[in-house]
Amino acid sequence: MPKNNELKKILVIGSGPIVIGQAAEFDYAGTQACQALKEEGVEVVLINSNPATIMTDTNMADKVYIEPITLDFVTQIIRQERPDGLLPTLGGQTGLNMAVELAKAGVLERENVKLLGTQLTSIEKAEDRDLFRELMRELEQPVPASTIITTVEESVRFAEEIGYPVIVRPAYTLGGTGGGICADEEELRETVAAGIRYSPIGQCLIEKSIAGMKEVEYEVMRDANDNCIVVCNMENFDPVGVHTGDSIVVAPSQTLSDREYQMLRSASLKIIRALNIEGGCNVQFALDPQSYQYYVIEVNPRVSRSSALASKATGYPIAKMAAKIALGYTLDEIVNPVTGQTYACFEPTLDYIVSKIPRWPFDKFVSANRKLGTQMKATGEVMAIGRTFEESIHKAVRSLEIGTHRLFLKGADQLTQEDLDRRLVQPDDERLFLVAEAFRRGYELQQIQDLTNIDWWFLDKIERIVEFEKKIASESELTQETLYEAKRMGFTDRAIAELRNQASFSEHTTEADVRSLRLAQGLRPVYKMVDTCAAEFEAITPYYYSTYEQENEVTPSSKEKIIVLGSGPIRIGQGIEFDYSTVHAVWAIQKAGYEAVIINNNPETVSTDFNTSDRLYFEPLFFEDVMNVIEEEKPVGVIVQFGGQTAINLAAPLKAAGVNILGTSLESIDEAEDRKKFEALLSRLEIAQPKGSTVTSVKEAVGTAQSLGYPVLVRPSYVLGGRAMEIVYSDDELLRYMEQAVQINPQHPVLIDRYMLGMEVEVDAICDGETVLIPGIMEHVERAGVHSGDSIAVYPPQYLSDTLKNKIVDVTIKIAKELKTVGLVNIQFVIYKDEVYVIEVNPRSSRTVPFLSKVTNIPMANVATQCILGTKLKDLGYVDGLWPESDYVSVKVPVFSFAKLRRVEPTLGPEMKSTGEVMGRDQHYAKALYKGLIGAGMKIPTTGSMIATVSDKDKEEATQLFRGFNNLGYNIIATGGTAQALEEAGIHVTTVNKLSEGTPNILDLIRGGQAHFVVNTLTKGKEPERDGFRIRREAVENGIVCMTSLDTVRALLTMLESINFTSQAMPSVAAAK
Amino acid sequence: MGDDIAMQARLLLEDGTLFTGKSFGAEVEKTGEVVFNTGITGYQEVLSDPSYCGQIVTMTYPLIGNYGITRDDFESVAPSIHGFVVRRYEPVPSNWRAQTSIGDLLKEYGIPGISDIDTRMLTRIIRHHGTMKGILTTSSKSLEELQEMIKATSINELRNQVARTSTNHIYSSPGAKERIVLVDFGAKSGILRELTKRGCDVIVVPHDTTAEEIRQLHPDGIQLSNGPGDPKDVPYAVKMVSELLGEYPIFGICLGHQLFALACGADTESLKFGHRGGNHPVKELESGRCYITSQNHGYTVTESSIAGTELEVTHINNNDKTIEGLKHTKYPAFSVQYHPEAAPGPYDNSYLFDRFLEMIRNYKQENPQKPRQALIMAAAKGAR
Repeated sequence: MPKNNELKKILVIGSGPIVIGQAAEFDYAGTQACQALKEEGVEVVLINSNPATIMTDTNMADKVYIEPITLDFVTQIIRQERPDGLLPTLGGQTGLNMAVELAKAGVLERENVKLLGTQLTSIEKAEDRDLFRELMRELEQPVPASTIITTVEESVRFAEEIGYPVIVRPAYTLGGTGGGICADEEELRETVAAGIRYSPIGQCLIEKSIAGMKEVEYEVMRDANDNCIVVCNMENFDPVGVHTGDSIVVAPSQTLSDREYQMLRSASLKIIRALNIEGGCNVQFALDPQSYQYYVIEVNPRVSRSSALASKATGYPIAKMAAKIALGYTLDEIVNPVTGQTYACFEPTLDYIVSKIPRWPFDKFVSANRKLGTQMKATGEVMAIGRTFEESIHKAVRSLEIGTHRLFLKGADQLTQEDLDRRLVQPDDERLFLVAEAFRRGYELQQIQDLTNIDWWFLDKIERIVEFEKKIASESELTQETLYEAKRMGFTDRAIAELRNQASFSEHTTEADVRSLRLAQGLRPVYKMVDTCAAEFEAITPYYYSTYEQENEVTPSSKEKIIVLGSGPIRIGQGIEFDYSTVHAVWAIQKAGYEAVIINNNPETVSTDFNTSDRLYFEPLFFEDVMNVIEEEKPVGVIVQFGGQTAINLAAPLKAAGVNILGTSLESIDEAEDRKKFEALLSRLEIAQPKGSTVTSVKEAVGTAQSLGYPVLVRPSYVLGGRAMEIVYSDDELLRYMEQAVQINPQHPVLIDRYMLGMEVEVDAICDGETVLIPGIMEHVERAGVHSGDSIAVYPPQYLSDTLKNKIVDVTIKIAKELKTVGLVNIQFVIYKDEVYVIEVNPRSSRTVPFLSKVTNIPMANVATQCILGTKLKDLGYVDGLWPESDYVSVKVPVFSFAKLRRVEPTLGPEMKSTGEVMGRDQHYAKALYKGLIGAGMKIPTTGSMIATVSDKDKEEATQLFRGFNNLGYNIIATGGTAQALEEAGIHVTTVNKLSEGTPNILDLIRGGQAHFVVNTLTKGKEPERDGFRIRREAVENGIVCMTSLDTVRALLTMLESINFTSQAMPSVAAAK
Repeated sequence: MGDDIAMQARLLLEDGTLFTGKSFGAEVEKTGEVVFNTGITGYQEVLSDPSYCGQIVTMTYPLIGNYGITRDDFESVAPSIHGFVVRRYEPVPSNWRAQTSIGDLLKEYGIPGISDIDTRMLTRIIRHHGTMKGILTTSSKSLEELQEMIKATSINELRNQVARTSTNHIYSSPGAKERIVLVDFGAKSGILRELTKRGCDVIVVPHDTTAEEIRQLHPDGIQLSNGPGDPKDVPYAVKMVSELLGEYPIFGICLGHQLFALACGADTESLKFGHRGGNHPVKELESGRCYITSQNHGYTVTESSIAGTELEVTHINNNDKTIEGLKHTKYPAFSVQYHPEAAPGPYDNSYLFDRFLEMIRNYKQENPQKPRQALIMAAAKGAR
């Protein structure tokens, strides 16, 4: 069917900020969609609040709106732009929910906008549990016994009827927020109460648990002519019970015979047809391992995280095809871009196995509950491709960057058998490694299967890996056959060396020894193409993976090549911002006439779209794998500064191996990262920095802290992203920190700095070694002590004096030049008593590059790449110093996923906790901030209630703020101490019980949804401050804004005061005399 | 567990390419036509599909044997392939229906198997150079000797396997509805399964059954099955089809489709490397709809040969545009090149069996007496 020519202008909705359950995959989908639509000559209007995305680059759509994705804003844009159609299915749950809201509010009908991709009724049928079950009944598709409830009592009655365990799933929530498996009534009551609150429609599904069955997913596509195909099916390593986003997944399915495969395939097609979807759809099944019995678990009537994975796993660009289908094309007439000669109407076939492992944030959130269930907790994922499961899973493990590169976890051998068994039964993020540990301890396969319910097939492979490790360790001389087999199973040279060293007889073997032995035997990987068709047709995709086989498919190219290292899985502190820069670097390289080669392992991203680079190597960012690609490609050089710490960490070993690192030199990187060298650098340049020193014992630490004067900032050396960083206020706290948070010894020193409570300022600069361009200065709303990634950043600065700005510019230029920076550098400052102190220099692309690029209009990663390739800034028309500031004010507001991570402390501090960001932009600061906060998900009523519990030292400052809210008509609710302080200051306050004072107390108030904001500041002293913690948790779990920094509160107040009216009595006449 | 000390196996191609791997089947030597199948699942159905008779089959999916072997999923009584080639053979199956492993099955039927070779490389060679002969062996013979053996095997001999895979005796699978004579050229069980599922009274007859013999069975319709090799190797079947054309509704599948085409005056030719897999898109020209089909064929009906016949092309392959379906413009007869019975592959096309039965019903309604009358007349003529 030819394209529908009535669709001349289409509005695409993005997915907003990155949160757990909705990550970079929608930037990938949205970017593909925008490109596909533009290709067809359609005018594209895009709305997305997330600036850290490729899709919000102004060249991706004809009009880009970085505005909050709310009914009001989207409606306004629709009125302004008058699009013919709305495409919401590529913007995740956010896009879909927005489409429902727009339709229900009558906007689409009134403005005559056609909903594309899926109909409102289909969304409702797939998302509303009742309608969904009704549809499944009609289609004769089995679903587990379940019921919809709106009260806790109903759920208890139903559970008693069908028996425990039961699963609770709140309706219309992301990544299963608030859901869980409940084994008894107590758990059920708690979970349901929360679930009802989370669900925007106050509904939960209570369902008979089918935990333990095989979980299988199908990615399906359909066009308007009813052509249906399955792009990919996937099987979860973890049986039903673990959210699919938290499951290890393989593609294609491994343990399904053709009959089972086709049975579920047919069911998927039946469902997508019944839902009348025109585009992509995802169907999840539970399959009984002992019969043909299956259940439909869930249907997503849109492109999803699994579609991104399926696209990368097969090479089939689902989002792009979905966009074309939305325009009216049918699958049989769209050319398969992978082969260039066949059509999109076929089912990709794989000749490799893909493994996906989620990346969890538990390294950052040490206190979080690591158990996996129906609530997704992972922030990102890695994917790996191999010709066997062993090879594939090994590659995935080393892509994770969690300190291990094989199925071995430090400390696992110390677990008691009881603990090991318990953790095999109750899955957590480390179960894969614990299964291997169980095999090492001699557990029988059947025994592990009984404990885990993991399919025999997967367990067998892990057992073989463990067996083979023994073989490697036991041979007196490593035979050629064993080495070959080990490489084919995906063992790294380092792993082989480690295993050889376990044997008492052998001499010490290093990774380098194994490598030279291997190369001497001519044992190198070959590269195979991902081509959607298992080599049946000639393909033109430059998309490769390594394996140890006979034939290499990479065809040598005579052009000069540059390799860009990607940033791996999305994690807290290293998010989509780095992928953004990577993609821009690639474009700049291509424009400069080179071939750009990407190495990366994150299936969610634009950088791993095979259309982005000239060649994509889907490989671990592990020295051996990267080196292999370098040897294959023989590039001019490698760029490490866009791939975050992942790529920076590879710079030294690559350099040592003789690789040319382009851009800022390794020595300069080291100078910025090594504490001692960095201190020397700053004092050489006479630049102030907070006083501090490096200590190697507890005694020394206490002495240093006392001489610096409390509070001090403590952290282990050479760890970035604020891990294990804390502000301590006394000897006691310092001692506790030393005991709990770090190991201290001469090998692991600890840094102690004077903590300066001042304004934080951040700068990103580009340097070609001679000229230093500063696109912009960003001022942080929260004072130093809150991680820069968690602060609201404002551009241009609102409170910074010109003198200070000039000082910052001078310092930046000095540092950049002294480091002989070539490319990007990020510098963080604290302004304390009108003096500028440097707190950190990152000689690489930073988190703020996309934001700053967008607000200053300087394509920073692009310009930086040009510098790296030898272009001079002067030739590009740039000069030393600060770029003229924009008239518009833009704010970057962090977004958190606390609700999804039980037991995590929501207080902002020196450790980064946010998962994403949004941007607010307007002519006035207050309006920009309003947009930012709204975009971040804050509900800001013009009047309402605010709960206040602040520590003593904050009371004075807080009183002023609460007075302001009071004047705006806000009702202040406070507990004892705070209430008294406010009353004394003449502020009207409602006193509420503390937790210890009986019910109803402050928590009941929060649970009852009677407050719009919670302000809670930490009592300095860091006692396990249970009350405060419970208040904060209760707030985030109930979706109530919880502010833990008075700076945020002040910003909110300033904003509200600017956009609202306050009432004031007239000054008395007498006073006028 | 651990690794078994596997015997070495070698696969030598006509063009001299040698693959050395591990043996996991019978310790024998067999020549065959080397082909590849792109199905991810369905190796049991492939192994037992009689159309692969005489062929050494490579699975492009690298992990084969994962769910074992169950008799339920067989497409014939005994596998007739000449060799099985995989990247990684999985001896320990995991599936509730698994009864045995592929290795045991291959050994039982004297079929060699080779694993641990670069099957993607092999596939690419076949794609570039087209289907070729090869030898799969566990012997230690010299390459020259093996090459001689390949040369000594004629491709025609390898392909002409209909007689070997067809049933020798007529048998019936009773049902209450339409009587279908299924002519077995090496039929997959799936065809019989689809017909009996619909309540048909199926009589399966050998490949060389004559038109006259079929008439005597008083069928309501004739189903021409799939089968191995070149349709031109079974001229007697072409004759049989041309004689019955117009007399009974006919539905041809795969080889049956090609025989139907030849019987109607069209021609067939061989494809470079064939279509083998479960993901081939076929467009139904009338509706414009595209269907995902299961395919296994090395020959195709020549497009240019249709002109001047009474055939009409109903389906084409959406990728290479080869003919995938035909119908007769005068008589109730149609055929498809692909496998509506699936097994392995998608179930999307089983509606064709319904269409066949509908055609029979319509034909009976329009011609209530004709078939029987013709038979009686013919019999009477002979008696005269």
